Amino acid sequence: MVVILALTAVVLTRGSIPAFDAYGISFVFGSDWSAVAGREVYGALPYILGTLVTSAIAMGVGVPISLGIAIFLAEMAPGSIRNPLSQLIEILAAVPSVIYGFWGLLVFRFWIVDLIEKPLSRDFGTIAVFQGTPFGLDILTAGLILAIMIIPTVSSISKEVMMAVPSSQREAAYSIGATRWEVVRIGVLNYSRSGIFGAAILGLGRAVGETMAVTMVIGNAIGPAAFPGSLFQSGQTLSSLIANEFGEANPGSLLLSSLIGLGLILFAFALIINVFAQLMVWKVLRVKGRVE
Amino acid sequence: MRRFQDKLAYGLGALCVGVAIVPLASILFEVVRNGVSALSPQFLTSPPGVFGQAGGGIANAIQGTAILLALASAMAVPFGLLSGVYLAEFGDNKYGRTVRFLNDVLTEFPSIVIGILVYSIIVLAMRGFSTIAGAVALAIIMLPIITRTTEESIKIVPSSIRDAAMALGIRRWRATISVVLSTARSGVITGILLAIARVSGETAPLLLTVLGSQFFFNGLSQPIAALPLTIYRDANLPYAFARQQGWGAALVLILMVLGLNIGVRLATRGRYNSLRSRV
Repeated sequence: MVVILALTAVVLTRGSIPAFDAYGISFVFGSDWSAVAGREVYGALPYILGTLVTSAIAMGVGVPISLGIAIFLAEMAPGSIRNPLSQLIEILAAVPSVIYGFWGLLVFRFWIVDLIEKPLSRDFGTIAVFQGTPFGLDILTAGLILAIMIIPTVSSISKEVMMAVPSSQREAAYSIGATRWEVVRIGVLNYSRSGIFGAAILGLGRAVGETMAVTMVIGNAIGPAAFPGSLFQSGQTLSSLIANEFGEANPGSLLLSSLIGLGLILFAFALIINVFAQLMVWKVLRVKGRVE
Repeated sequence: MRRFQDKLAYGLGALCVGVAIVPLASILFEVVRNGVSALSPQFLTSPPGVFGQAGGGIANAIQGTAILLALASAMAVPFGLLSGVYLAEFGDNKYGRTVRFLNDVLTEFPSIVIGILVYSIIVLAMRGFSTIAGAVALAIIMLPIITRTTEESIKIVPSSIRDAAMALGIRRWRATISVVLSTARSGVITGILLAIARVSGETAPLLLTVLGSQFFFNGLSQPIAALPLTIYRDANLPYAFARQQGWGAALVLILMVLGLNIGVRLATRGRYNSLRSRV
C-alpha cells in the first residue's frame, strides 16, 4: 500500500512536469483549453471549480438525506424493517457508476428537467445561477447524481457511528423524560458528531473522484465555457475531462502531460480529504472500544 | 409540541429512506424493462456487428470482463490474503497501524487516478493499451478491499482456536495458515467476492488501460472489450439500437454485480456486518 501510494505520487508528478514547465502556475489558474498544434494552452481552473461545485451540490443534498436515513435506521425504525432497509440502501452502493451514468443520461435527466429545472427557470430565470436553457446535461444533474451515489457511504458509516454510542447515553436521556427525537438529538447526535462529520467527508472524497456517471451527464464543456456560472449549464470536472480526453492524447504530447497534471490535482484533493476523513472516523470508532 | 416534533422527525427519517429507494427502484426497473427486450441468445453469443449498424451482441465484452476479472483476482488475491494475515497477526505496532491506515485511504481512492498510474507505468512502457494493464489496474483496486476483509475475518476467530493449535506444538505460521485461515475461510471468501463485484463495474480505469475492442480476446498485450466500456460507448452513440444494446449490457452487468452481492449477503446473513459496510 505504501508503495502504491508513493508510486502514484511520483509517477503523477513526473508525468505532469512538462505541463507545469510550459505554463507554470497558470496551468492551475488558467482557463483556456486548446489542443490546436502550435497554440496549445491548458489551464485547469474551470475543471477544479466544476469538481468543487458538483461535489458541493452532492454534499448539500446527499448529506442531510443520509443523516435522516442513518438516524431513522439506527434509532427509530421498528426492528423488523431495519435490516432489510439497510440492505437495500447498501445495494445502492453496489450499482456500478457507469450504470448510474446510463440511467442518468436516459431517465434521471428528464426528471430533473421537468420537475426542477423548468419551474425554476420559469420563475427565477433572471437569477444568475438559474440562467440558461434547461436541458438536463448540466452541473445540477451531475451534482444530484453524485448526491445519490454518496448516500450509501455516508448513511452506513454514520449509522455505524451512532450505533457505537453507548446505550447509557440514551437511557440517561430517556430517564429524564425525553421523547425519541430528543434522545437522538441530545444523547446520540451530540456524542457522535465528529464521526458523522468524518462520514460526510468520506462522501465528499467519493464525490470528488467519481468519474463515469459525471462524465455521462455533465455535458462536457471545455475551456472558459466550462466555468460553473449557472446550474443549468454544461460543465466539466477534473475526472470527467481526463476520461474524455485521454483517448486523444498521444504519448509525449503536452495534452497528455496536462491530463496527468489534472490527475495530480485530483490525487492531492483525494489524499487530503481521505486522510482527514479516515482519521475522524477512526478516532470515534476506536474511542468507543470498537478497534477497527 | 414535543410529541409533534418526535412524529415529525420520524416522518422525515422515513421520507429520507424513501428518497434513497426511489432511484434504486427506478434504476432496477428501467434496466430490467429495457434490458430484457435486448436480450436474446444471439445478443449474448456474438460480437458487435458492423459499426453503426444494428445487430451483433456483447459476447466479446462478457468474455473480456471475465478474463480481466480472472487475471486481476489472480494478482490481487494472494497479495491481499498475505497482507491481511500480516496485519491481523503481526500488525499491532506502528508499522502495522500505518499500513492499515493507508489501506483504508486507498480503498476510497478515485479509481481514475489508479488508471492514470497504470497508464503511466504499463501502457506507456508497452506502447499500447493492453489486457494486462487493465488487469493490473483492477488488481490494485481489489487489493485494499481483500486485505481489509481478510484481516477482519481473521480477527474474529476466537483466540481459543489459535491457542489450541499452539498447544499442539505447531509453529506460529503453520497455525495461522492451516487453522486460523481455514476457520476464517467464509469471511475471506466473502471479501474476495465483494471485491470482484466492486471492480466488475469499474469503467474509468479501463478506459485508460484496455481501451475496449470490437473483437474477442486477442492476446495479453492487445486491447480487450469489457461490459462497462460497452455501456459507456453505447451511451455516446446516437443510434436507438445502441441504447438498446447498452441497456442489455447494463442488465447483464447488474445481474452479475447484484447477484454476487446479494448472494454473499444471503449466504453470510448476520455475520461480517462490519466488513460489508466499508466495501
